[in-house]
Amino acid sequence: MELLSGADMIARFLQDEGVEYIYGYPGGAALHIYDALFRQDKVKHILVRHEQAATHAADGYARASGKPGTVLVTSGPGATNAVTGIATAYMDSIPMVVLCGQVMSHLIGDDAFQETDIIGVTRPIVKHSFSIRHPSEIPEVLKKAYYLASTGRPGPVVVDIPKDMTAPTERYEYVYPKKVKMRSYNPVTRGHTGQIKKAVELMLKAKRPVFYTGGGVVTGRACEGLTDLVKQLGFPITTTLMGIGAFPQSDDQCLGWLGMHGSYESNMAMHHADLVIAIGARFDDRVTNNTSKFCPTAKIVHVDIDPSSVSKTVRADVPIVGPAASVINEMISLVQGKEIAHPEALGEWWQKIDSWRDERRGKLYEPSEPGEALKPQEVIEAVCKITRGEAFVTTDVGQHQMFAAQYYHFDKPNRFITSGGLGTMGFGFPAAMGIKKSYPQDDVVCITGEGSFQMMMQELSTCKQYGIGVKIVNLNNGSLGMVRQWQDLNYKSRHAHSYMESLPDFQKLIEAYGFTAIKVERHEDLEPALERAFADNNELVFLDIYVDPREHVYPMQVPLGAMRDMLLSKTERT
Amino acid sequence: MRHIISILMENEPGALSRVVGLFAQRNYNIETLNVAPTEDPTLSRLTVTTVGDDRVIEQITKHLNKLIDVVKLVDLTEGNHIERELMMVKVKALGAARDEVKRTADIFRAQIVDVTPSLYTVQITGDAGKLDAFLQAMAPVGILEVARTGVSGIARGDKVLSL
Repeated sequence: MELLSGADMIARFLQDEGVEYIYGYPGGAALHIYDALFRQDKVKHILVRHEQAATHAADGYARASGKPGTVLVTSGPGATNAVTGIATAYMDSIPMVVLCGQVMSHLIGDDAFQETDIIGVTRPIVKHSFSIRHPSEIPEVLKKAYYLASTGRPGPVVVDIPKDMTAPTERYEYVYPKKVKMRSYNPVTRGHTGQIKKAVELMLKAKRPVFYTGGGVVTGRACEGLTDLVKQLGFPITTTLMGIGAFPQSDDQCLGWLGMHGSYESNMAMHHADLVIAIGARFDDRVTNNTSKFCPTAKIVHVDIDPSSVSKTVRADVPIVGPAASVINEMISLVQGKEIAHPEALGEWWQKIDSWRDERRGKLYEPSEPGEALKPQEVIEAVCKITRGEAFVTTDVGQHQMFAAQYYHFDKPNRFITSGGLGTMGFGFPAAMGIKKSYPQDDVVCITGEGSFQMMMQELSTCKQYGIGVKIVNLNNGSLGMVRQWQDLNYKSRHAHSYMESLPDFQKLIEAYGFTAIKVERHEDLEPALERAFADNNELVFLDIYVDPREHVYPMQVPLGAMRDMLLSKTERT
Repeated sequence: MRHIISILMENEPGALSRVVGLFAQRNYNIETLNVAPTEDPTLSRLTVTTVGDDRVIEQITKHLNKLIDVVKLVDLTEGNHIERELMMVKVKALGAARDEVKRTADIFRAQIVDVTPSLYTVQITGDAGKLDAFLQAMAPVGILEVARTGVSGIARGDKVLSL
């Protein structure tokens, strides 16, 4: 029997759980834990410069690896600074465990120094939370936290740890709990066979089917199965922003992604489909546009592990509650050896889809000429080319995010890392750090804008401390591009606070941290700059790329319209 | 439509706030709420009455089920059930009204549980409709204070909500 203090139990548990990196920031209530981490060397702590960055870094790691990220912060401001990152992970169903220091138990409720009821503050944005009430519960509570975070529909779990629970003088028995059981939590392990049969019958009879798959396929590790199923049936597939890469985008069957700024052919196909097979997607308002006009002729099959996602915004004709991987596998075995009923109709459907593709081919944007400022779209295409489409790409939020999703082509899942649900500016750079730390051999590119980057640029210091060689592609248009776009469209171009006066000289700023920055002002400067930037995989390089500020993201769905109602450029609409 | 949802949940600190928070967070409506431990001290039973169309009620029960502290729940209004609420009312009881209050209480099978020279405290149980009717009957006399427990309920017949 081993006796450990609460703090040592935490350090020991993290080792036993196989946690490699933990992102955090120390403070009074967390100091016993920090001391315990200091006295071991298996779990490596990465000191960020702001707790929000710790959550985004752990989140980035979780999205890339599929394993839960771990964060350690102190009480009060340490914990409240983490809130945006917790909400970001919650909205995108990302597994994460956040350990928060708390004031001593006897001070709770007294408005003690650095006291915040973080359980209360985070209640609507966590999958669950725990408060430690006795040091001896630490191993089991932590096991439950990791179990909850990573099973079923994943999500962040907060563990609040009053300082006296980790006191070095109090020692209790430590045993690593290999398993936990919770009577109130039993995530489904498979879908209803009868419902799956019904879905497959509809699929085999469909004339204009389309797969619409989301982040659940990625987090549910069902991408290979999905690819098999889609290939066997020969149906078109569109993914959500969160589902990008679940099916190879270079494949002809992939229509790209759908929704507000999704591809023309995706949105058209959804609108005209007679069967929509939704897997691990949640019919988000940025996908459906006006739900009353959504897919007017389609029957809807909806597979999701979370029953509350099914029929939440759009009623499913065939609801299936179950994990994507097992449902897809059952579908594959039911489809095998069967013929689709209307191959000629599917052929016509593909002709229709190809005609939509042809309509927009070569019309997506007007490339720049030598001597001119670059178009943001062509920058992304160039980044895709130099990284062979294989990089981990993180983004912040705004036009650059949409351009990155539209013009970088992903053939693998877990590679496009973006805050889809919450839309958190400042996410991209720390997320990239978290990925690079665990995938040092890969290219990790943060595509950002000067607005978003300034929200988390203090992390340059973290990159300096740990030698984290991410590439930062700053699409600098001198304004908050997406806000400006909406103001152009809806507010007669009154640009209320959407431009950034007094931008810093990014080159000097980056150099102050000892990194390389390259300014790219004209078309012809891009290629050499990219070559220089990507020459050394371990070097942080910042590309400050001046792009045309007048550019808008298209297609753009018309508010309150159907999927097919889109603006295609500043002068065309469907 | 009005629904009565009974929930068995872990008798843990914070469990109640998760349930109540869910209603606020998702813009659902709580009409009454009633909670106490069961014969098993690790479990609490919470009963909530809420109003919504089928789609909303489906979402409410799904989201409640998703809460980690919720072990099991039932929408009692889906089947035959018994609904009860307890109410204590302080009413003016002076002069002729003193007899009138007593008579009305008897009609409603309510009990007078406390007496002062000028008022009665009446205890009454029943479904929410009966309690409302009693309040209506007492209004002319003068209601001084009302304490209602909120609805509690249980299914009729063999159906049991337990682990």
